[in-house]
Amino acid sequence: MRIEIITPDIKVFEGDIKSVRVPGKKGSFQVLKDHAPIISTLENGPVIMVDMDGREIVYEINGGVIEVKANKIILLADSVN
Amino acid sequence: MANLKALRIRIASVKSTKQITSAMKMVSAAKLRRAQDKIVRLRPYANKLYEILVGLSQSLSDSEVENIYGRESSPDKILLVVITSNSGLCGAFNSNVIKETRRVISEKYFDQYSKGNLKILAIGKKGYDYFRKTPVKMLPDKNRLFFDVSFNNVAKVAEEVMKSFTSGEFDRVELIYNQFKNAAVQNLTNEVFLPVKAASAEGKGKAYVVDYIYEPDQEHIVKELIPKSLKIQFYKAVLDSFVAEHGARMTSMHKATDNATGMIRDLTLQYNKARQAAITNQILEVVSGAEALK
Repeated sequence: MRIEIITPDIKVFEGDIKSVRVPGKKGSFQVLKDHAPIISTLENGPVIMVDMDGREIVYEINGGVIEVKANKIILLADSVN
Repeated sequence: MANLKALRIRIASVKSTKQITSAMKMVSAAKLRRAQDKIVRLRPYANKLYEILVGLSQSLSDSEVENIYGRESSPDKILLVVITSNSGLCGAFNSNVIKETRRVISEKYFDQYSKGNLKILAIGKKGYDYFRKTPVKMLPDKNRLFFDVSFNNVAKVAEEVMKSFTSGEFDRVELIYNQFKNAAVQNLTNEVFLPVKAASAEGKGKAYVVDYIYEPDQEHIVKELIPKSLKIQFYKAVLDSFVAEHGARMTSMHKATDNATGMIRDLTLQYNKARQAAITNQILEVVSGAEALK
């Protein structure tokens, strides 16, 4: 599935991944392939992605919102460290 | 007859002015490109955020969400955010904003102004310096913003403004700035920043409805997204003005360079005429001198 991480200043990441773990408002949760459509606000914390080769990619975000729809993830982060 | 030496000096000075203006034009063009990139990069974020917000407000009725940024009341305490530039040499860019601000004060908010309930937040030195000399009350300036126009810096200012609105310090905030259209054209814009109208559900029915899971719930998300989109709106205004400034400067420097080129041509023609006249004179003198000796 495809993910885009966008901040107001720059597009941080775009690519295909196997899974992503995000810091949701009510606790961190993981999105795998064929996840049900969801919109959630995010807290400060790490976004941990596993790419197609099984490597981990981590971004530290400061709040944001995530939309998952039909294996397409859009993560709007306020800022990324 | 024009003095040859004076003309020569004049030509040299116009030439060096032309060099400066054409260099400034290049610098502005480069800065314009960079600043434009920022707007382009902002767009996907802004669009997506707006999309989510509209999608949400379609499924929520207005009464369900209490919106602290939408509190409508008779406007008593006004804040005008006046966005100009820090440096000049950009044509009518700054004076347009200042003129519009004065017009807004005298036509729209004269009552509030005469009661002393109107304040100006200046972003940009030119506007600040102008209104400092008028009796209008000013908030501390935010001129430093233009040294590094990033979302985080602008968001801080936007937050301050939003806080002063929610705390009741102001009940209406308007932005006055130049919107970038293209390098030669700026649209003077005066828009209401606060109170916000809820995102209207235009194009309803067009978008097919997806059954989203909302976390924590729709109300919470809307409440969190509204301030976000406000910050984006503020950032966009500052960025727009920043880009428009470089566009305006590029255009006015281009015109100045053109003028200098024309002036050099005229002066050179004058200089050559004067030079030829002087030579003719000298020949005449020599010839008539020789004639007299016969």
